Amino acid sequence: MNLPDNPLRPDPDALLRAAAREERGRLKVFLGAAPGVGKTYEMLGEGAARRAAGTDVVVGVVETHGRAETAARLRGLEIVPLQRIAYEGHALEEMDIDAVLARRPALVLVDELAHTNAPGSRHDKRWQDVEELLDAGIDVWSTLNVQHLESLNDVVASFTHVRVRETLPDRMLDAADLEVVDIPPDELIERLRQGKVYVPEEAGRALGNFFSKSNLSALRELALRRAAQAVDAQMLEHVRAHAMAGTWAASDRVVVAVSEQRAGMELVRTAKRLADAQRVPWTAVHIETPRTARLDAADNAQLAETLHLAAQLGGQVASVPAESVLAGLSQFAAEARATQLVVGKSSRSRWFELRHGSIVDALVRGRGHGMALYVLPMDTPPPRRRAHDLHLGSWGTMGGYLVSLGLTLAVTLAGALIGSSGTITDLGIIYLVPVMLAATRYGLRTGIVTGLASSLAYNFFFIPPTHTLTIEDPRNIVTVLVLLGVAIFASQLAARVREHALQAQASAARSNAQAGFARLLTAISRPEELAQVLCAEIGRILGGNAVLLMPGDQGLTLHASWPGPAHLEMLDMAAARWAFENDQPAGRGSDTLTASEWLFHPIAAGQTCLGVFGLSRSDARAPVRPDQLPLLLSLLDQGGLALERIALEAQMAELVQVRERDRLRQTLLSSVSHDLRTPLTTMLGSLAELRASEPAQAGLLAQARGAGERLHRFVGNLLDMVRIEAGALHGTTEPVDLAEAVAAVLEDMRAVLSGYTVEAVIPFDTPMVMVDPQLFQHCLLNLLDNAAKHGDPGREITVHAHRTASGIDLDVLDAGPGIPEGEEERIFGTFARIEGSDRKGGSGLGLAIVKGFAQAMGLTVSAANREDAAGARFTLHFDHDHLKEWPEE
Amino acid sequence: MSANPVTVLIVDDEPAIRRLFHAGLTRAGYRVVEAATAREAMAALDIDKPEVVLLDLGLPDRDGLELIPLMAGRTAVLVVSARDETAQKIAALDLGADDYVAKPFDSEEVLARIRTALRRRLPEGPAGQQVRVGAVEIDLMARAVRKAGTEVHLTPKEYGFLAELARNPGRVITHAQLLRAVWGPGHDDDVEYLRVAARGVRRKLEDKPSEPILLRNEPGVGYRLTMGD
Repeated sequence: MNLPDNPLRPDPDALLRAAAREERGRLKVFLGAAPGVGKTYEMLGEGAARRAAGTDVVVGVVETHGRAETAARLRGLEIVPLQRIAYEGHALEEMDIDAVLARRPALVLVDELAHTNAPGSRHDKRWQDVEELLDAGIDVWSTLNVQHLESLNDVVASFTHVRVRETLPDRMLDAADLEVVDIPPDELIERLRQGKVYVPEEAGRALGNFFSKSNLSALRELALRRAAQAVDAQMLEHVRAHAMAGTWAASDRVVVAVSEQRAGMELVRTAKRLADAQRVPWTAVHIETPRTARLDAADNAQLAETLHLAAQLGGQVASVPAESVLAGLSQFAAEARATQLVVGKSSRSRWFELRHGSIVDALVRGRGHGMALYVLPMDTPPPRRRAHDLHLGSWGTMGGYLVSLGLTLAVTLAGALIGSSGTITDLGIIYLVPVMLAATRYGLRTGIVTGLASSLAYNFFFIPPTHTLTIEDPRNIVTVLVLLGVAIFASQLAARVREHALQAQASAARSNAQAGFARLLTAISRPEELAQVLCAEIGRILGGNAVLLMPGDQGLTLHASWPGPAHLEMLDMAAARWAFENDQPAGRGSDTLTASEWLFHPIAAGQTCLGVFGLSRSDARAPVRPDQLPLLLSLLDQGGLALERIALEAQMAELVQVRERDRLRQTLLSSVSHDLRTPLTTMLGSLAELRASEPAQAGLLAQARGAGERLHRFVGNLLDMVRIEAGALHGTTEPVDLAEAVAAVLEDMRAVLSGYTVEAVIPFDTPMVMVDPQLFQHCLLNLLDNAAKHGDPGREITVHAHRTASGIDLDVLDAGPGIPEGEEERIFGTFARIEGSDRKGGSGLGLAIVKGFAQAMGLTVSAANREDAAGARFTLHFDHDHLKEWPEE
Repeated sequence: MSANPVTVLIVDDEPAIRRLFHAGLTRAGYRVVEAATAREAMAALDIDKPEVVLLDLGLPDRDGLELIPLMAGRTAVLVVSARDETAQKIAALDLGADDYVAKPFDSEEVLARIRTALRRRLPEGPAGQQVRVGAVEIDLMARAVRKAGTEVHLTPKEYGFLAELARNPGRVITHAQLLRAVWGPGHDDDVEYLRVAARGVRRKLEDKPSEPILLRNEPGVGYRLTMGD
């Protein structure tokens, strides 16, 4: 049956064409909530329809479970015989995959996708058979109960207490078309009661539990959700891949390593091109080494931009902490199952490489097993050798200096005591204690100051000549230098350790935050809730105030804020709007409208900007620290995806609702129509039968029949009117040949028009008109009916098409009394009749229907008296948009 | 006919309609079997082996459309439908129904449709190769079309269009079926191709193209080749 066109679903024929081009077959899965919902039945029905439409369909394997209805549907379908597999003295039957491959149908129906094959079959699982069929370019339709999905297995088991052993990897569904076969739980339970449902053994034991209404409702929701998910995943994928259809090879992935260097942007673009060409997913990864923590703001911004670009181009983005770039990259590539790795190689000096080794060389030497390596030259040399700068650290705290110097003093006193006993000559070593402590706890500067103080004290109190600062013995100069050296060395070591610890902490916190954030977002299904959660979570993670603005009827408006209500000044709004319109950050810390207290970042999904996220701080510091920028962008990317998902879900729900309402209205109309027409049909038919058996009463019977036919027409008109008023006209537009359409209508109306001379004048070159053929036919029928009612019998009725400046007019001309002055509009009203014109009966609905139908098709209809003769002229006007010229011959 | 009457199965849940068909068909010499539900219909199909089924699509236990693929091929299926159910008509024809009859129907009309459907189901004789409508003769073997004995040149698409109709004389062939048969898959929506072909055929074969006799257009559904009766 023709459902109204679903704007979200592409033309199925286009898909079929696209699929035919692909070498791999397409999988369609009939997904159900539980056994007995009718998946197999549905699949066979559609299969039969497909076969009737000319597709080469065979049945690979179908379990009827003894259901008669299902078995009936198998009739007329070609069934590939099953193969028998001997197992422990039994003969088990499985799909004969070789026979199907040899038969090479266009489409094969394979029941129970999650089925486990008998031992000794080629594959353990039926879905592996299906993969092989798909690989061979054969389309496969299959069926599946939602609890067999691997990812849902636990969830289902948790409430049904039935665990199924046969599971299906989720990825099978990712590239498949899904059709949910759905019946209400009550109906399913009723079917079960009637013994119409085959119950698998495992479920049989827990029958009472499994088929409870609450379980079935939950399963049903799971099935519907999973289908919705698959649809939006596929849609996102589609958008992301810039309208490239096709299946992703599940195991291939391109990984590109980026750093804070500008050339990273080029690497990202290269990876994207590489991935697109092979239709595989890709990831941009940044390895956070200790060095990363010391990047300056400009570098951080560049890194964030590179990662953001990757997200925008449809890649996944990851940031991985590791000891070294090489280790991190190797591990990540292995975990992500990368098949291709894109890296840049900078033109560094040979000296640099000798000291640090080349990552590329190391990767080539075998760290990247089985991976293709793409190395791109990068022109920009690494800017500064920051890795070898001293950790100057902060100036240190007053407390630090006091503690260190106090300790130096204490050591000096202790030294004096020990020295007075006279046994130890070289006391320099005890000063290591304050120096090491100061350097490791308080940093380099405090360490050096302590080192200097220690040297002075040692020199002054212990080195002869004592109580002077002169050093006579050169050995003592060495002691002083060693103390200073220790201060520097220890402080560097300690600083690095501290940095590592901080970095590990930060990245752990960040990945926790990200993971928690992602988990949180997937659970949300209402847009308001999502907006609030985005603000609260990002605000909390980055420690600031957050707002979310999204476009509405009144432009960009505040949708949520955290921690409390936020007030945005004019300036802030200007920055927000700028960020939204230009899809770039604005406000404090960006390049634009920096006077605002807020920093606004666009939230985008794919190419569309969905809203703007703003951050500020109460303590007047910059809203986002440069090193937090990558985190912010990654959170915003996730937020964008979630917003898009929810928007799509809402759209789909609305669509379902509209369609449901529409369906109800149509159902109501057709049932009323059926109820009215059936008695009429019986009546008219019976009269015809009587006429044959009672020729004597022919006159009377003809009269009754005439009345019945009028009643029938009137009922038809009434229903049409109801349709117009309910807005339930679903036009399909196709090119219609006016000459042909007029001829068909005249043929239909031969009886009504029998008293008239009817002439159709449609010039041969009159273009086709784009209309709904049914509605157009009824317009013509009613116009001719009207002409027959009001025209003078015996005179002519003419249908005349001619070109005008604005398109084409189709005139219906009669030779009757014409239309009274001023009535030209009114006659198109419902139940309008011209005074004294009811001599031939008529509902007064005909012209109203003409007008309603014409409007539904976008045509105009008008009435006037003829200029050339007596009589009325009714004109259907087609403007240029409704015309389609004949092709040149 | 009396020795071995043709069996017609009436599938309709309205007893009144069944009685009506029954009367008319019996009088015309057919053996009539009735079914009120899809289940009964499928049983009758196996037991009574009707040559023709008159199928109402609104059945209590199942959508009548679902029965069509199961019946088509074993028997001729005539669908009984109301006039404003175009989508159903198309679906029925695409699923393999032979024809449809609009409610309220005329008994004579129904009988004529049954005769046409039965004629098509006769084993292939010479008529299967040559189809004659009025003065026009379509030779499917020689791929030639003659009017009053004179060969008329049609373009390949025009011939393909006409031949597809001639293979099923009197039967409505849907737009999609025609397009698929003549233009191949992927053209299901290109109705204008059909309009162009139909116009060409009419211009070359009809006496008065404005009053076509040969080709009958079923608005929004398809075309049929008019039969002589």
